[in-house]
Amino acid sequence: MMTTDWIDVGAFDAIPARGARMVRTPQGCIAVFRTATDEVFALDNACPHKKGPLADGIVHGNKVTCPLHNWVISLETGLAQGADEGAVETYPARVENGRILIEAAFLKRQAAE
Amino acid sequence: MQKLVVIGAGMASGRMLEHMFEADPQAYEVTLFNAEPRGNYNRIMLSPVLSGEKSYEEIVTHDDAWYADNAVTCRFGERITGIDRDRKVVISEKGETPYDKLVIGTGSAPFIIPCPGHDLPGVVAFRDLEDVDAMKTAAGSDGRAVVIGGGLLGLEAAAALRLQGMEVTVLHLMGHLMERQLDEAAGYLLKKDLEGRGITVLTGASTKAIMGEGRVEKVVLEDGTVIPADIVVMAVGIRPSVALGQAAGLEMGRAIKVDAQMVTSDPDVLAVGECVEFDGNLFGLVAPLYDQARVAAKTLLGEDDVFRMRELSTKLKVTGCDLFSAGDFADGEGREDIVFRDPGRGIYKRLVIEDDVVLGAVFYGDTADSNWYFGLIKDKTDISEMRDTLIFGPAYQGGAQVDPMAAVAALPPDAEICGCNGVCKSTITEAIGAGATDLGSLRATTKASASCGTCTGLVEQLLAVTLGEDFRSKEAGICGCTDLTHEEVRRLIKARELKSQTAVWQELGWKTVDGCHVCRPAINFYLLADWPLEYQDDLQSRFINERKHANIQKDGTFSVMPRMWGGITNPAELRAIADAADKYNVPTVKVTGGQRIDLLGVKSEDLPHIWADLNAAGMVSGHAYSKGLRTVKTCVGTDHCRFGTQDSTGLGIKLEKALWGSWTPHKVKLAVSGCPRNCAEATCKDVGVICVDSGYQIGVAGAAGMDVKETERLADVPTEQEAIDLTIAFVQLYRENAKYLDRPYKWVAKVGLDWVKERVVHDLDNRAALIERFAISQSVYQKDPWAEHAATKTDAYTPLSDFRLEAAE
Ligand code: SRM
Ligand SMILES: Cc1cc2nc3c(=O)[nH]c(=O)nc-3n(C[C@H](O)[C@H](O)[C@H](O)COP(=O)(O)OP(=O)(O)OC[C@H]3O[C@@H](n4cnc5c(N)ncnc54)[C@H](O)[C@@H]3O)c2cc1C
Ligand code: SF4
Ligand code: FES
Repeated sequence: MMTTDWIDVGAFDAIPARGARMVRTPQGCIAVFRTATDEVFALDNACPHKKGPLADGIVHGNKVTCPLHNWVISLETGLAQGADEGAVETYPARVENGRILIEAAFLKRQAAE
Repeated sequence: MQKLVVIGAGMASGRMLEHMFEADPQAYEVTLFNAEPRGNYNRIMLSPVLSGEKSYEEIVTHDDAWYADNAVTCRFGERITGIDRDRKVVISEKGETPYDKLVIGTGSAPFIIPCPGHDLPGVVAFRDLEDVDAMKTAAGSDGRAVVIGGGLLGLEAAAALRLQGMEVTVLHLMGHLMERQLDEAAGYLLKKDLEGRGITVLTGASTKAIMGEGRVEKVVLEDGTVIPADIVVMAVGIRPSVALGQAAGLEMGRAIKVDAQMVTSDPDVLAVGECVEFDGNLFGLVAPLYDQARVAAKTLLGEDDVFRMRELSTKLKVTGCDLFSAGDFADGEGREDIVFRDPGRGIYKRLVIEDDVVLGAVFYGDTADSNWYFGLIKDKTDISEMRDTLIFGPAYQGGAQVDPMAAVAALPPDAEICGCNGVCKSTITEAIGAGATDLGSLRATTKASASCGTCTGLVEQLLAVTLGEDFRSKEAGICGCTDLTHEEVRRLIKARELKSQTAVWQELGWKTVDGCHVCRPAINFYLLADWPLEYQDDLQSRFINERKHANIQKDGTFSVMPRMWGGITNPAELRAIADAADKYNVPTVKVTGGQRIDLLGVKSEDLPHIWADLNAAGMVSGHAYSKGLRTVKTCVGTDHCRFGTQDSTGLGIKLEKALWGSWTPHKVKLAVSGCPRNCAEATCKDVGVICVDSGYQIGVAGAAGMDVKETERLADVPTEQEAIDLTIAFVQLYRENAKYLDRPYKWVAKVGLDWVKERVVHDLDNRAALIERFAISQSVYQKDPWAEHAATKTDAYTPLSDFRLEAAE
């Protein structure tokens, strides 16, 4: 049995509202987002279009706009919105005692680049 | 080839030529005369040009390339003075031009009330671009305008001049506004709406005289009221321009008489537009003129077609003022009214009914269903079945859902959507089916909403209904979050003193919780430009380049470009750049087109450190990533060059030191050249200064990116200080007024160079006030973001955590 299903990736306060930070893993980076309503989301930090760094995008509602060519990605589903097609992996994330926890799977399931 | 001569490049004749060339490009060799010194443009869009919401270039309907493609000989700026029908020639100052067929399309001339003073400078009409330019020139920042005439034209002029910042009074002879299109109740609501915009409306006002020494100063009414005025706009009506036809002996009524094929009493002479009379009718709206144009083109090609009169409807093109009227709504024996009022929301609807048929309709405040009612009027539909719910619109008929889209969905296929161009619903849905999936291509294929534009909303709804999710509105508002345009939002931020993004979203009814990547950067800029002391700049509303003060590259790394003031550097700076490039393994070092050095391919987490190193050598951010001041290019000037007339390098450095750090609607680039040889390429910059013996020539609104355009001269000034003052005042005026992502050349095309000159060059108090407001803004924003971020924000540039090592274990 695994004792820790959730991994502490950092302090909630370290991410501004409507902002993001990235977390490095051996197989690439994930982006951790904080919305205006203080929800957190974790997604692969590589846009389905041309791998743009989503953590550098503009966060609005529960969506982020990729900084390279403006694809809009849902933080909840990882799906590209509107006419664009594609998806990024999402990982369950939550906040506890001011810390951000992400389900451990993100360390292993990370798709190789 | 047969020779076709056309007199007047107007809305009607332009459309006629289009139809004709489409059907048979080889039929005629065409010569087109126009008294105005330009070709065809969309006259009905002069109101948005006057208000600054559109530029003249945007309303041109036929450009040089179109005339060239169709081999039209253009004789613009040449007035025809006579027609000799026996010899089949038209006569102008430059001589005679023979024709086989002649089309007269001379339109109308504005009617000027012959009261004393009507010919004073400052009295203008509203008919062509010259009138618009004259009004814009007069529209000083606190100028006063009197508009005589409260009809469609007068009210559009009044609203536009108000938008330009003038104090406006409308004088209307009748008891209520637009009495030909509106009943009294709707006229009252319209008056209230205009007054809410700060326009004074006087009804029952009869003009006695216009007075002034050498130019307009005031208007005196019959009842003795005196109203001060810097300009007087006469918009009291039009008269068909028929002098040519009359002198040529054509059969006349109140205008040139034509038959249903648009042929005059001379079989080789046709006439179209406002200069014709058909079956006792005169014309003043474009919809029937376009029908005439179609028929005339057919007649010229020897095909059969018949012009028929049809019902007309009217809408007022004043943003935010929803008004519609159609048919006959006078009281009368046997006529009944159905009226709906909601004073709280300013809504009024009235239907006039006779024998179970709708004869007329007037709507104010909510015109969403107007096309459906217009269809009932045109088709003389029997409404006895739906009479009880008729006033609530099509959504209530047949139990359909109450949904804004339902009204459009419920329209029958032959319902007219675009009144100007007579385009019905099925034509549009077929075009959508054939691949026209946005407004632009629909306009190109069907002409729907391409004239006055008031049906744009309906056409978009049709797109949305037909395409469902696939349709995204591109034209209307800033983005999907709001229907308001950039200009409207800027105005409302100032007028309602909105000082935070939340206030903007709440007060202006944003449709999303916190905007999107399109509107947030724009609103953030508007707020920081308008309220530099009160508003707190929001990094999360900035594009990544401005958030991280570096240009993002396609691989997610960044570029670093320090300022080199006026393009001047020294060995110490070059050494520091070289050291930094070594230390951070910068893959590419490049000399840019802006006279400085770019370090490309720097990793996010290195940014604060490379900046700190460059800061230590005295360098600051070059803002190569910002919608703000970029570079000031200079040439060597008097320091070394044998032709230099002034210290161009020195002035360039002073300008860069004055302007750096400021945020602007789009990027701003300057250059200063030491003489007219112009080695710094100053004539294609946002602001470009050319030094000459007598001083400095200040040019503005140049471009050399996606468009190329030479600067226009703002002013010539003798001293360096004035050159600096004018530049700062210009930049501040741009900051306060332009739409986000409009470079200065686009903005100046909208407001007009004269409008800019008035505020920056002529009005010295205003110039000083602009400079003062710029200084206040710089007191907050002129700081090196690199130093600030290197000291306080390094975290934001690094990963939140790094699991690479742990996992490797
Ligand atoms: C670095 C430089 C090219 C070079 O190697 O010389 C450059 C690089 C870029 N330019 Fe430029 N422009 C550079 C000089 C110019 C010039 C020439 C000049 O300034 O003398 C022009 C034409 C003049 C003008 O500004 O119109 C120019 C017209 C553009 C445009 C078109 C702007 C327009 O209004 O038409 C864009 C796109 C935009 O801004 O929206 C653009 C956008 C860009 C961007 C920022 C594209 C982007 O959004 O990522 C490029 C960033 C490259 C990077 O990854 O760092 N760049 N760009 C030049 C930097 C000058 C400097 O020292 O700051
Ligand atoms: C500000 C404004 C807003 C309007 N808004 C609307 C609207 O919303 N909806 C609507 O349906 N209508 C509107 N109209 C009315 C519409 O513009 C006219 O009905 C239409 O332009 C008339 O077309 P035309 O071809 O008859 O004449 P014009 O478009 O006036 O063209 C006639 C041309 O002939 C030229 N000409 C005249 N005499 C000579 C000569 N002797 N030699 C050579 N050239 C000559 C003139 O210079 C002019 O360029 C508006 C008009 C104005 C001014
Ligand atoms: S021209 Fe400018 S924007 Fe285009 S590739 Fe070169 S640097 Fe990039
Ligand atoms: S890489 Fe994200 S939009 Fe192109």
